[in-house]
Amino acid sequence: MTVKFDIQNLNAWFGSKHVLKNINMKIEENAVTAIIGPSGCGKTTFIRCLNRMHEITPGARVSGKVIFNGVNIYDNGVDPVMVRRKIGMVFQKPNPFPMMSVYDNVAIGLKLNGVRDKKILDAAVRRSLELANLWDEVKDDLKKSGTSLSGGQQQRLCIARALAVEPEVLLMDEPCSALDPIATAKIETLIRELAKNYTIVIVTHNMQQAARVSDYTAFLYLGELIEYGATKQIFENPKHELTEKYLTGKFG
Amino acid sequence: MDHYKFRVIKDRLVQFLVYLALFSALVPLFSILYEVIARGFSTINIEFFIRPTPTVGETGGGVANAIQGTLITIGLASLIGVPIGLMSGIFLSEYGESNLSAAVRFLHDVLNGVPSIVIGVFAYTLITRSIGFSVTAAAFALAVIMIPIVTRTTEEALKLVPMSVREAAIALGIPRWKTTIIVVLSSAKKAIVTGILLSIARIAGESAPVLVSMGFWRWWFAGLNRPVANLALNVFIFAMSPFENWVVLAWGSALVLILLVLGISIAARVLIRERY
Amino acid sequence: MMSEMRILRKTSLSSFGLKVKSLLHPKNPLKGDHVFKLISILFALSIFLILGLMVYELVKGSWLSIQTFGLKFIVGTTWDPAVSRVFGALPLILGTLVTSAIALLIGVPISLGAGLALSEYLPKKFGFAVSFLVELLAAVPSVIYGLWGIYVLIPFLRDHVYPYLQSVFGFIPPFSGSIYGGGVLTGGIVLAIMIIPTVSAVMRDLFSAVPNSQREAIIALGATKWETVKTIISYARSGVIGAIILGLGRAVGETMAITMVIGNRFHIWPSSLFDSWYTMAAIIANELLEATYDLYISALINVGLVLLFVALVINILARLIVWRALRLTRGIVRE
Repeated sequence: MTVKFDIQNLNAWFGSKHVLKNINMKIEENAVTAIIGPSGCGKTTFIRCLNRMHEITPGARVSGKVIFNGVNIYDNGVDPVMVRRKIGMVFQKPNPFPMMSVYDNVAIGLKLNGVRDKKILDAAVRRSLELANLWDEVKDDLKKSGTSLSGGQQQRLCIARALAVEPEVLLMDEPCSALDPIATAKIETLIRELAKNYTIVIVTHNMQQAARVSDYTAFLYLGELIEYGATKQIFENPKHELTEKYLTGKFG
Repeated sequence: MDHYKFRVIKDRLVQFLVYLALFSALVPLFSILYEVIARGFSTINIEFFIRPTPTVGETGGGVANAIQGTLITIGLASLIGVPIGLMSGIFLSEYGESNLSAAVRFLHDVLNGVPSIVIGVFAYTLITRSIGFSVTAAAFALAVIMIPIVTRTTEEALKLVPMSVREAAIALGIPRWKTTIIVVLSSAKKAIVTGILLSIARIAGESAPVLVSMGFWRWWFAGLNRPVANLALNVFIFAMSPFENWVVLAWGSALVLILLVLGISIAARVLIRERY
Repeated sequence: MMSEMRILRKTSLSSFGLKVKSLLHPKNPLKGDHVFKLISILFALSIFLILGLMVYELVKGSWLSIQTFGLKFIVGTTWDPAVSRVFGALPLILGTLVTSAIALLIGVPISLGAGLALSEYLPKKFGFAVSFLVELLAAVPSVIYGLWGIYVLIPFLRDHVYPYLQSVFGFIPPFSGSIYGGGVLTGGIVLAIMIIPTVSAVMRDLFSAVPNSQREAIIALGATKWETVKTIISYARSGVIGAIILGLGRAVGETMAITMVIGNRFHIWPSSLFDSWYTMAAIIANELLEATYDLYISALINVGLVLLFVALVINILARLIVWRALRLTRGIVRE
């Protein structure tokens, strides 16, 4: 197991509300790790702590360490801008930029990082869209608006946008909850393909999705990490009583 | 990492420029307040509020008649402007999803953008040319300026009253028109009053339309078909005059005017904040 | 006995029922509604009357001038009430447009920066208080800006700013010429100061209305604050343009402050930025009460008509653009 994230004593607050309590976890590289748990258990807060997005909310606070590539991303000298370049994120509701075309949506990350050469941009856009399984559907008209696509396509566009800057990790916050079953299936297939080369952490409220798509599963409850292990083991043989209760639908 | 450093520098630079812009935007405010208070304060004494405009060369004198005149003008303007604005606002809010209401709303926005001097000329052609330079003409001009403001703020205030309040009243058997007047209006009354206060603050400061429809007046109220003294207009006349004692009065009048206008504006905003 | 009792009971119950019925169903339940609706429609129609009457009166008042000069009024460059009695408004139109353009050149960048500061940079608690101050500035009457302009701004510019400007840029014609403190540039500066509060407030509202999901999307890609802000401005750009045009509309219609500092001299083109000039609004304010004969008055009303037209076009344009922009940011219309 190569560790991509070594999370040590992670705590998070919204003002005085203690949302994450002492999370300790090691996330494996190039695997899909699912974070499950009932509403309000802190799953979204958790992954937002992995790319330093939690702190942009006024009043939000974090303590503990998240060690990524040997560096604690919360160290004093670390610029969140660089962290987010390496750790990408896809949100619950697709949010492509409406004032930009499909092409520009994908290219924006690269342009931010100084890439100007049209040839490089063209190639990168194509590569990202192919990776996101969207290329065939948009290749004939890359200039059309980012919001003129269907919901599922928009989400894949957001994935392509995130992949374009060549991150090492892709964080996904309930990426399919706003989509229909067919679009969901397409994205789940995509996730399995991407896992070969990217570390993926996915928050989901859908247990079946976690079972289908992930290699490892972490169960959070009221801000605490209750159980974490290989997905097969968690689902077939949960060690903790709470986990079993959640999985069998007794609450959540 | 060179490009990255460049981005960081750009970021810092923009941050500096943004705060510089904000500072530049606020400097005139502080300068104006300071100067008006500093220069106007020395002219203010009891006499200032009792005596009317002095003649050229006469020392002392004050803004008493200007305050009287301004209050009369604003009062008259409100008499016309507030009911029309109120009812228009009620119309737009309660009966307002038709093409007619879209047109009405649009035209109110159009009127809002008409320069006040043009409205003054309108009052001049319509009223002044018939009954002469008069407080009636000035009040008319100011009413026309008020109407779009009161309409818009009334409409928005009424729109904030939740449907559930209206439905509860109708379920009790109260007819719709009574619902609107008694229930909805009183729920929204703070916001509506705020809107009216803000429009009054606005017209209290208007001098261009007053100038061309009524002109300068040095005495007390003398009838609806004669002019009255006006605080804002006096500031203009005094400031542009070559007479030392009048220029001094300009600052004193300006101080009174700014206290009046800002006082009403702040009161209106405090009122609306009390709701939350 | 029983039947009498039954009849009694029946009667009192039914009369009771009648009473309740009449409370719930007044004679003509909808009549009050109809009347009220009619009254409010009548009041609402007053706007048509007001605007219609305004245009009518202005055209009627201008009619003599229109008959005498026709469209040449708009391109005429003579204003001679005393001798030849010829009137032309071109220099006034130019003066209005040039001072407004200067106002935009200075005012827009500052408004943009201030709007960004209020929406994106200042911490929330300060943002509230400072916004309040900016809105207070918008409430200051025009004459007070003018008074301050004459006795504070002009001496300041004349003694500390313009000489410096002239020493650096004096070789370009607009910056040469004698300095007295007032004039075209001063007029533009005062106008800028006056439109900044309103335009900043509109920009602040536009930027605040950009959905958080957009902000988070660009931040998650690894954007600096400025890059995030660029995205926000880009999202709100049609509203930004609308706000600028709104500011232009205000500048064009401004009367007292500008007439107090611009010098009020009618000539086709100023010799420099430090030279006096005239605007449409200023000439009306200065001369309408002095106009002694019909053609003179009519010419001034004609200027008012032209000013109305210019202001209307600008304002309608701005409203349409800002409306569309706000509907976009609220997600009702997709681009």
